[in-house]
Formats: sequence, structure tokens, C-alpha cells
Amino acid sequence: MNYDERLKHVSVLGAAGKMGSGILLLTAVEMADISLKPENKGKTFVLNAIDLSDDGLAGLMDYLRVQVQKIAEKKAVMLRQLYADRNDLIENFDIIEQYVIDVLRIVRPTTAIETSYRSNLIFEAVSENKDLKVKILKQIDTNNPNQAWFFTNTSSVPIHIIEDEAGLKGRVLGFHFYNPPAIQKLVELIVTANTLPEATQFANSYAKALRKVVVPSNDFAGFIGNGHFMRDALHGINQALELANTIPLTEAIYKVNKVSQDFLVRPMGIFQLIDYVGVDVVQFIMKVMNPFLATEDLHSDLLDKMMELGVKGGQLSSGAQKDGFLKYEKGSPVAVFDSKAGDYVAFDSFSAKSDEQLGALPNSFKPWKTAVKIAGNETHFGPYFEEMKTMKTEGAILAIRYGKRSDAIGRQLVADKVAHNDQDVNTVMLTGFFHAYGPINSFFE
Amino acid sequence: MKRKIYMTAGYNTISMGTGRKEFNPRKERPGLEHYISEAGKGVLNQIGGADNVDESFIGNFMAARFNKQGHIGGFIGMIDPGLEFKPAMRVEGACGSGGLALVSGIRSVLSETADVVLAMGVEVQNTVKAIYGADILAGAGWYQKRKNSHAYFFPGQNSDRAGAYYEKYGYDYTRKGMGKWFCNDMENARLDGTAQEFHNSTPDLEGMYHGMKPNGKTFVDHLNILDCSKVSDGASGIAIASEEGLKRIGVDKKDAVEVIGWAQLTRNITNDPPNMLELTTVKKAAAKALENAGISIDQVGTIEIHDCFSIVGVLGVEALGLAAPGKGAEFITEGNTSRTGKIPMNTTGGLIGWGHPTGATGVHQAVTIWQQLTGKAGNAQIDITPEKPYGMTINMGGDDVTIAAIVYKRGI
Repeated sequence: MNYDERLKHVSVLGAAGKMGSGILLLTAVEMADISLKPENKGKTFVLNAIDLSDDGLAGLMDYLRVQVQKIAEKKAVMLRQLYADRNDLIENFDIIEQYVIDVLRIVRPTTAIETSYRSNLIFEAVSENKDLKVKILKQIDTNNPNQAWFFTNTSSVPIHIIEDEAGLKGRVLGFHFYNPPAIQKLVELIVTANTLPEATQFANSYAKALRKVVVPSNDFAGFIGNGHFMRDALHGINQALELANTIPLTEAIYKVNKVSQDFLVRPMGIFQLIDYVGVDVVQFIMKVMNPFLATEDLHSDLLDKMMELGVKGGQLSSGAQKDGFLKYEKGSPVAVFDSKAGDYVAFDSFSAKSDEQLGALPNSFKPWKTAVKIAGNETHFGPYFEEMKTMKTEGAILAIRYGKRSDAIGRQLVADKVAHNDQDVNTVMLTGFFHAYGPINSFFE
Repeated sequence: MKRKIYMTAGYNTISMGTGRKEFNPRKERPGLEHYISEAGKGVLNQIGGADNVDESFIGNFMAARFNKQGHIGGFIGMIDPGLEFKPAMRVEGACGSGGLALVSGIRSVLSETADVVLAMGVEVQNTVKAIYGADILAGAGWYQKRKNSHAYFFPGQNSDRAGAYYEKYGYDYTRKGMGKWFCNDMENARLDGTAQEFHNSTPDLEGMYHGMKPNGKTFVDHLNILDCSKVSDGASGIAIASEEGLKRIGVDKKDAVEVIGWAQLTRNITNDPPNMLELTTVKKAAAKALENAGISIDQVGTIEIHDCFSIVGVLGVEALGLAAPGKGAEFITEGNTSRTGKIPMNTTGGLIGWGHPTGATGVHQAVTIWQQLTGKAGNAQIDITPEKPYGMTINMGGDDVTIAAIVYKRGI
């Protein structure tokens, strides 16, 4: 079965979810492009969008229509050539409209999992729950005569466990998109000892067609991305708790968030990132990873407490940020959660004092937005962190400590053979987390 | 000409679109009514009100598609009740519509049916994304050829012209001239508060231009977006008057420009351009306008040329006879067309810097020349010397199809 044939009948499980909808969009567009090739004329391509929620599927189709139109508008130059033989399609408007129709006609929204029994390829993007994943994949495989391949989007469960428990020997691999899949360039590719070479080869071709950057990760819980992020987040949380011995926890969280964003020049502070991913998701992923870690305890009481209080962060379906550790107005944090009082404390009421205690940023500071665009930016960050090291302010000390820890986490991932090399760790953090510089560097030595 | 024709009381709205700080494509914006009204009132306020106007013409290209609105002449009466129940009509010649409004006004005054004409132009284009705007603007070409044309129709046409020029005279040589043209436009736009690129503060324009290589996969083969005019919302207006008309509106001749020659020529739209390296219709129209004016190009002190693309700037100086074929790029690179050069062109930014609200552009050009020749150009003012007292506008519709060329001098 060649690449095109493999993509002739595909299912996405959890298609109406945040990750599933993106995977569905990208796959639908790729399948449509293949179906429009002259050699595939007359062949029917099917993409089942499977989800439990009827409402979710209705919303998915709206999302798809809008997104496919945007994609079509961007590639109108190419589409004019693709539809060159269609004399009825003259204006860009006609061509774009036809392309949207051609993509959508491939997609079959359904709540019936049975539709996947005829697929050759199945993307799994259901909840991050090992038992649920195993149960569904096993059920499909039992009923599907095609020896289908299963690409799971799990961000934390080891693939070989899914492989064993669902009885999918060699036919499952981890294909971990980053959120949102339609925009994020990174894909972590995780194979087991048994994964068929042709499945890996297909996965690479598919990723390339989607213009994704593939980073291979070894099959350890959390892989590279969450392997780094979870430990980095735990460091941030523990730093805040340590500071809270002498100042209120709210102020400590504010400080660590500011240090991790401004001093370390990241796109967002660590507590904002936890909120972005979701307090619940972070807690859950740590819980999934922890049993696999022999020498460390990846767990935070503070996260448990936040969950008990029902403060979860995450995003609304509109993409707006929900309140978590921090409270947001127009996407920007303005207050911090006081777990004792059960309410938010406005930054304004203490930030001037905290900022003074942290001290000024180095003179050579450039905000993330600017720094990330500097080609070969080690020439900027080298001197920037050198300057920081000469400063004895609380902010500089916390930042250097944070940078060292982040570097150590990265190196440990390589030492533990989760990542093949330093570069892969850095690529994941640069591409998947939009860091301006890789965590493994020489800035903090 | 059997009567003296003057233009005065010019007015431009802001050219709105990308580049302006206040432009937000996600927010609702003013429509045709706003721009027509502002520009119309801007003229009426300088000529003693609507009662002094005998007739009106308004140039507009494609409101029927950009705004789902036809019958633009009907909006003249909206500007002021004093314009209602008087002759008013919309004229259309693609991006040359504004020039046709001017020519129509001139003809009315010449034919003595009017002593004061309100000539306007308007276009509101930011209602659709550029990729659909390209469909609409492609209406300036022959629709029978649309199927096999580029997604970005006009950039595609001019990319072909640029490609032909590169091939004959060299890529680097040509890009140098086109880049200089772009820089001139940006620098001039920064001096005019109504220009779309007024807020432009790019420190190294030349570096930016040459750093952006044409990419046919996402746009067109031989142009980058900096080679292209802006997508704009805006309107312009000017009064066209006889000597009696000027008296009626109380404007002194020195505050007006006199039209001393003009030509309006149109090429067969169903034919391809006879020569990709020449703007044949521009060449003929400019020569005829100069001949009618009884002057040579060397006596012209400033020119507004229809630089919808930087390559049109290059071909334009050749069509005007300022440079021999193949020497246009060099002529520009040497600084001859910059605001301190031998023949300053597009002194408020042209279509690339000031903006290109298509149906309004021809009128905007006349407003700029009026400003420059009467010393009203503010920060954008250039020196007009007694040796070269004339101004000229070249407005173009389509790919060198509908041309209006007008020669002016300050009233005395």
C-alpha cells in the first residue's frame, strides 16, 4: 500500500477536540490535495471525523470550513494551476470555493466508531487516558480487517504500553502534534521496538507533506516536550513555594512568573504557561508520567490544591484564556490566585514593590518578540546573560538558577536517552514552546 | 482650447489601508458615503458652497463589487443638498476613472454647459481580502483572458513586464531602479499626512526592498509586494472652472492651476500590449498632451505618474521621453526622479506610497500638482522654478489601456 492508498480511508478519533480538530483539518487538506492529483481522479477518499459529541462535530464542520477557506486563500496561486482544466472555475473566488467543497466532501462527521473499521490509518486524539485509548484501539483493531496503522497523539503515555495492551504489535506509533496542530510546526515521533519501518517512513512523509518539523523521541513517558516542560514547571512552582517562606505566595508566583518570562526572555511566564496548557492537564500528565520515573517525584501539592478549588485554567472554545494561577484580561495576566482567600489579588496592589525587589532587567534586554527574530541569537543572549550574571539582584539570581535548572533538565533527557541529542531537545523547546534559545546552552555556566 | 480651464480647491481624504496606524482590518470601517462626503465637502468649503457648482463627475472603478453598490453618481446629492437636481454622473475607466472624471469636467467647461464642475473619485477596497480584490481588479483586463491569468492578476501582468525588462537589460540593473523608485515613494509619503505610508519609519528602505526577493510560489515571479501599489480606501475632489467660474467661487487665479493641454486615449482591451517593454498608450497620450500644451517634457517641473507598480515607474519615464528605452532604471537610480532631482515625480508618494484608491487616483494626482504649483503642498512642497513651471499627470486604467494625460501651470 503506497502513501496515497494509505490515505484513502482514514479516521480521526476525538475529532471535535482541540487536538483532534487540528489533526482532522491538516489530514483533510492533505487527502484533498492527493485526491486532486490526476492519477487519483475518480477515486473516493474518506476521512471519518469521529467524536462522541454531536455538538462538537457540528462545531468542527464550521471550524473546518473557515480554516480550509483560509488555507485555500493562501495557496490560491497553486490552486489556479491545480484547477487549470476546469473551465468553469475562472476567478480566485470560484477556485477557492471549489477547493473548500473538495476538502469538505472527504470529511464524514460521525459519532459511530464503527466507521473506522474500514480505515487504513487511524489517528487517535481522545482524552489522555491510557485505559480509554487501549480500549478503543483494541476494539477497532479487532473489527478492522485492514491491519490498520494507529497514530496516537498521546503526549505522555509510553507507546509500547499501548502497543502491548491493545495488541497492535508494530502498527502503532506516537505522532505527537503540539497545540494548536494547525499552527505549531513541531511533531514528536515516537516508535517502539516493534514499529514497522514502513509505518515510520509513512509518518515522516506525512509530516513532511504537512510541513512539520519532526523530532524523534524515545519511548519514555512524557517524551521530550512534556519531559522538559513538566520538570521546568515543577521547578517554577517549587521556587515560588520557597520564596513564600518570606513573602505571600501570591507575590512569589508573580515574581517567578515574571522572572521566567522577562528575565529569561520566554514568550510567557511559567505560571501563565501552566494556565495555557491547563492546571488539570499539567496535573494529569505528571500523574501519568510519575509511575515511570524511578528516581524523582513529579508531583505538586499546589497543583492538587488548585484542582480541589476548581481553578483549572485552560482555554474557552473561543481560544480565550480561562483564569488559573493568574487572572486574564484580554489575554494578559492582571491578578494572581490566592488559594487561602479563594480569590484573585490584583497585580497592581503589590507589583511595584515586587518589581523593585526583583530589580531591573539587564541593560541589554530585548523582549522575546524582538529577540526571537534575531538570526543566530546567541550573539545577543550570550552577552545578555553574562551581564545578568554580574548583577546581584533577586531577579537575576532567580533567573540564572532557573536557566541552570532548565539546562540540567534538558541534559538529563539526553542522558536518560529520551532524546537522541541536545539538538533535539532544543528543537522541541524552540519549535514547540517558542523559546528564543534552546534550554541546553552555555549561557548559565 | 476655446476657453481657459482651471483647477482649484483640491481635497484628499486619508488613503486608508495597511500602513496607517489607525487601520484595523478586523474592525468596521467607514464606507463609500464617508469618503465621498468628506472629499466633496472638502472642495465645497473652498469654493463658496454647493450653489456654485453646475455639474459633478465622480470616478469609480468597481464599487459594484467591492461594496455591492452601483449608481455612484447618486451619491453626489448626498454631499450637499445644493448639488441635488443638478447633473451628476459616475465615469469609469478602471484605475483611470479619476482621470476620466477630470477630462469629463474639462469637456463640460469647454462645451460651456458648466463654469464650475466638481470632479471627484472614490474607491473603498478594503472590504475584501487581497486574493478576492485581485478578482475584482482583474475586471480592468479582458475577462475572456482571466482563466489563464495569474491569481494576482495585475501583479501578474506587471511581473511579466518586469521579467521582460530584466531579460533585456539585466536583473540587478532593473531592480536597482525599481528599488530606488520604491524608496522615493516612501520618503515622499512620509511628508504628506494623508498618505497611507505617512507613518512609515523603516530605517533602511533600500535594505528592506532588496532583502525581499520576488517569490512566484506565493506571489508573482518578478515582483515583491513592495513593488506594488497599496490597497486603499479614499476619495479626492477638485473644482474645475472657467475664468468666470473662478470669479464666481472667489478663487484667485494664482491659487489655481490652468490646464494648458490634455489628451485622453484608449487602447483596444482585447489586444495584448503591443510591446511589453513600452507603455505605448502612455507614450502617445503624453506626447499629445505636451503637443497640445505647446511645451516639451524638459519644461515640466514635476509629474504625477500612475506607478501602480515600480516597473511602471521605470517604463513611465521612458514613455515620457525622459530616458531612452532601457535607460529608465538608470535614470531613476541616479536620483533624477527624487524630490530634489531633475524632475521630481510622485512627490506625495504616488500609488505605492500615498496609496491607490483606484477610482480616486487620477483626481488625487491633480490635487498634488495643484498643491505643488500653488505652494500648498506643506511639508511635501518642492521647488518649482521659473524655467520649469509646468506640472503633468498621467492616469492609467488597466495595462496601458485608458490614459488621461494633463499638463498644468499655475494660474496668473
